[in-house]
Amino acid sequence: MRWESQPLLHVEHLTMRFGGILAIDDLSFAAGRGDITALIGPNGAGKTTVFNCITGFYKPTEGRIAFARKGLASSADVAALTTTGKRHAHMPSGDIYLLERMPDFEISAKAGVARTFQNIRLFQGMTVLENLIVAQHNPLMQASGWTVLGLLGIGPYNKREREAVDKAKFWLDKINLLDRADDAAGELPYGDQRRLEIARAMCTDPVLLCLDEPAAGLNPRESADLNQLLRNLRDEHNTSVLLIEHDMSVVMQISDHVVVLDYGTKIADGTPEAIRNDPKVIAAYLGVADEEEAQAIVGGGA
Amino acid sequence: MIFDALFGARFLFKQERALGMEFFAQQMINGITLGSIYGLIAIGYTMVFGIIGMVNFAHGDVFMVSAFIALLLFLALTSVIGITWLVLAFIIVLLLAMFFTSVWSWTIERLAYRPLRGSFRLAPMISAIGMSIFLANFVQAVQGPRNKPIPPMFNETIAVTSGGAFDVTLAWKQIVIIAVTIILLTVFWYIVQKTPLGRAQRACEQDRKMAALLGIDVNRTISITFIMGAALAAVAGTLYLIQFGNVNFADGFIPGVKAFTAAVLGGIGSIPGAVIGGLLIGMIEVLWSAYVSSDYKNVAAFAILIVVLIFMPQGLLGKPEIEKV
Amino acid sequence: MTAAPPRPQTLGEKLPQALRETIIAALIAAGLAFPIIALGAEPDINNQLALQTRWSWVFTTILLAAGARFLAFTLETMRSRFVAAAGLLCAAFGLGTWYFAGVADPLLIGGTIVAGAAAIALGYFIDGDADVAPKKRTTVSAQDDTSTALAFIGIGVLVAFPLVMLFAFGEAGSLKWINNYGVQILIFVMLGWGLNIVIGLAGLLDLGYVAFYAVGAYTYALLATHFQLSFWICLPLAGIMAAFWGVLLGFPVLRLRGDYLAIVTLAFGEIIHLVLLNWVELTNGEAGILSIPRITFFGIPFTAEENGFAATFWLEFSPIHRTIFLFYLILALALVTNFATLRLRRLPIGRAWEALREDEIACRSLGINTTNTKLTAFALGAMFGGFAGSFFAVRQGFVNPNSFTFMESVWILAIVVLGGMGSQIGVALAAIVMVGGTELLRELDFLKQLFGPEFNPVQYRMLIFGLAMVLMMIWRPRGFIATRTPSIFLKKRKAVAADLVGEGHG
Ligand SMILES: Nc1ncnc2c1ncn2[C@@H]1O[C@H](COP(=O)(O)OP(=O)(O)OP(=O)(O)O)[C@@H](O)[C@H]1O
Ligand SMILES: [Mg+2]
Repeated sequence: MRWESQPLLHVEHLTMRFGGILAIDDLSFAAGRGDITALIGPNGAGKTTVFNCITGFYKPTEGRIAFARKGLASSADVAALTTTGKRHAHMPSGDIYLLERMPDFEISAKAGVARTFQNIRLFQGMTVLENLIVAQHNPLMQASGWTVLGLLGIGPYNKREREAVDKAKFWLDKINLLDRADDAAGELPYGDQRRLEIARAMCTDPVLLCLDEPAAGLNPRESADLNQLLRNLRDEHNTSVLLIEHDMSVVMQISDHVVVLDYGTKIADGTPEAIRNDPKVIAAYLGVADEEEAQAIVGGGA
Repeated sequence: MIFDALFGARFLFKQERALGMEFFAQQMINGITLGSIYGLIAIGYTMVFGIIGMVNFAHGDVFMVSAFIALLLFLALTSVIGITWLVLAFIIVLLLAMFFTSVWSWTIERLAYRPLRGSFRLAPMISAIGMSIFLANFVQAVQGPRNKPIPPMFNETIAVTSGGAFDVTLAWKQIVIIAVTIILLTVFWYIVQKTPLGRAQRACEQDRKMAALLGIDVNRTISITFIMGAALAAVAGTLYLIQFGNVNFADGFIPGVKAFTAAVLGGIGSIPGAVIGGLLIGMIEVLWSAYVSSDYKNVAAFAILIVVLIFMPQGLLGKPEIEKV
Repeated sequence: MTAAPPRPQTLGEKLPQALRETIIAALIAAGLAFPIIALGAEPDINNQLALQTRWSWVFTTILLAAGARFLAFTLETMRSRFVAAAGLLCAAFGLGTWYFAGVADPLLIGGTIVAGAAAIALGYFIDGDADVAPKKRTTVSAQDDTSTALAFIGIGVLVAFPLVMLFAFGEAGSLKWINNYGVQILIFVMLGWGLNIVIGLAGLLDLGYVAFYAVGAYTYALLATHFQLSFWICLPLAGIMAAFWGVLLGFPVLRLRGDYLAIVTLAFGEIIHLVLLNWVELTNGEAGILSIPRITFFGIPFTAEENGFAATFWLEFSPIHRTIFLFYLILALALVTNFATLRLRRLPIGRAWEALREDEIACRSLGINTTNTKLTAFALGAMFGGFAGSFFAVRQGFVNPNSFTFMESVWILAIVVLGGMGSQIGVALAAIVMVGGTELLRELDFLKQLFGPEFNPVQYRMLIFGLAMVLMMIWRPRGFIATRTPSIFLKKRKAVAADLVGEGHG
């Protein structure tokens, strides 16, 4: 099991409280490098909240989120880093980041964790191409000499911008949107917007890609294409994927590891096969009432 | 925290501090009087913000218009109709000013804000700024640019303490102001808490779409919110006239900002917060002028506004908001 | 809200309800007009208010309101309403001239009434079904070449403007055009472009922009009067100073969102204004700083003396030389602002500003440091405001706090919004319309016929301005040029439709 032997993300004792609501309660899990890890659970289980904690949009009430950009996050090194009070360090086992200490934009810029949103957040009034160029902000900013050189027209900015366009073209080609590059992102059909958001996240060269319900609202063909794309990201681009998904056929087909949440706590964690037969999961999905129907849902697509 | 910031500058204190407790008590009385007026205006800001999430920039000018209406009605009643009993004149003026100001506020909402609901987000704000400019200049055009004085009324004072270094006094007009504020706030509180109207309002505050689905007439509820805010502003306008004895077309802006500060300080959206915020702002202003410097009293108001918005945007009684991702 | 009827009603069918609405409108107008228009109070010699009544004004208000309501209710399209409303005003003007001013010129009265009635009739004639089909949100191809060509023609016209005016109106006659129209408009174009970075690109609603204008003006005024520094040294210093204040203000406030940011910037602008007013030791308070050194032609003063500009260039001395030089100076400053902004839009920082306006959270998820991004927008916008401020000081020769009120901020904001947030050409057009328009009010002498000889249309500048802001928001909330031009393209540059473009968080 890669999440045990080669973990790149360690979520430990994560707790998130909103006023009186305990959205996440002492949650711990790990995600393996090179895995597609699925985070599933009924509505309101706290999946999106976990994402928001990992990507720094919420500061967890308690808990630690250790991430190894390179190498692995061995518990001894993480413990050592925690006591130093620093946010990240090159440790013997790898480059380790404590995400709960980092501001959101650094998590993407430094640690290499990119994400998409449940309610798509594209730059609607900018073109498809511009969306992908904005995603390459940090390297381009450097190339433009933090604007000063770029404003004066000296330095490598023009060349770097052309390279950025090439990278954008590569990803647009991959998601079949090359001929819509000059249209506003907001006027794409829903399915295309979902894929564009993934491409935009990929333009930041992430190590871990967090996708919040990428298949929601897609038709079966689009959904199949998405599966293909995610496998391709994992296999050819060395990107680990953390995936929230309600569609069990997607989960069962492409994930290597499944974590099940209910009411903010983990109720199961294992391979898709193990999850499919876990009675606790079945119960969580449909109450305890109708096991057979629950079995049909959870086991769907197998 | 705010008090510390303001009174840390002890070296600035003027000589009056020697006058001790009595002087302070007098300033507190003056502060509560002024604060009542700010509180009444602040409710209008807070209710409108609560229900449609908009800073009704023109509210300060509605308050100014109401003071003019009260002034003109007062003159008409005393000089044309010839009512000599001041209390009666005052009550009639108060009620009529509430009515006519409500007509203004209703019309403003109807013409300048309602067509913009669902338009882009800055539109209502900019429209409200335009309305504020229009109102001030309209009043200047039809009533002239000069200060309008009225004869002093309710001016007799009662000595609260005597014989000390400083006599603390309470003017009748201060009693009137505080009493009217308390009575109207009670009535208003009853309406908001206990009637179907108030329930509709609170429903719209929570979720306008859902309220509409449940059969609440959202447009009507919003109109009534504007009317209630304006009626209370009219009370404030009438009391302002009594307290200061004159009004000018430009008098909407600064009291408007201070009342807005009060609403923010109390926690925008919260009606008791607006009243508490108003009292605090009134007292801070009076104490600041008395002990520190009256030149910078408006700077103090703006500074409080900035400090509160930056460091405690939820105010004293508001709920903290976590940005949803 | 009633559902749209399946078939448009005819005028006859609408009439009963239209009459009811008209009567309601008349009643409301009466309620609005009653105390505040009907009664006037002016202090007499004893400072006692004396009441006057003005019933005729009340009736006029009621009739206009009722007429407008009737037209609005019975006419379907914006276009026909507009025509009919113009007719109503025209007829009212004719009647008013007759009734109030006692001008019994039958040609004028009859003419305006007939023309008004004709316009109303025309309104009904051209009225069709309202265009109910919602406009499609799409990208349209922008005509790149024509807009570039237009820009060059515009610059050419501006460069030629003072010389053409000089030629057409002579030295005395052209002063008004070059100064009141030319320089004045260009100052606001520059301020508009500066604020456009903050509001139009980064989407941060700044209601205190005038503070930076003031910082620039006072920086020049103080440095020039105390240290005798020349304008050319002070100009960058003023810009840096303003940018510094931009950062100083920006740092704490930029995590605020929405209306709160607007209010805090407003408060900051007011504080600067009040400090300028009250810190007499530094700013000389209300009186302001006088006798600021005037502009020189790179060291050569515009005086009649031997070493003056005129003598040096073998010209006859004329004060217009200085004005023309100021014109070219502000033109150059404005163009620098413009080209810098256009260039910034194609740099990562400019794209990050626009992305920030579209969706701040998405920006952060892509590793963009939004605080820094906002700060640079604030600082650069402030810097251009500071440049404009020091130009203002050198042009006027004196500064006082009255030039830097909240109203000035609103004025600049209105230019940006009317222009179409983010559009450089739109902002320039808006500045021409608004500043030029209020200057034109001075020329409306014919209204004196109606309102008497003391009537001064310029007094109603702000009243019209306020009303125009409201109408603008209802009618064209996205401004003149609402589409957005992408900063980069693969095959074809297509403009993005207005309702797709975000409006920012603050
Ligand atoms: N910003 C917030 N403020 C208050 N409560 C919140 C906030 N964000 C999430 N919650 C609460 O936390 C709980 C978990 O929400 P979350 O969005 O994480 O669920 P989810 O598993 O993603 O559900 P879904 O499948 O519907 O997307 C919910 O009860 C939600 O109301
Ligand atoms: Mg979710």
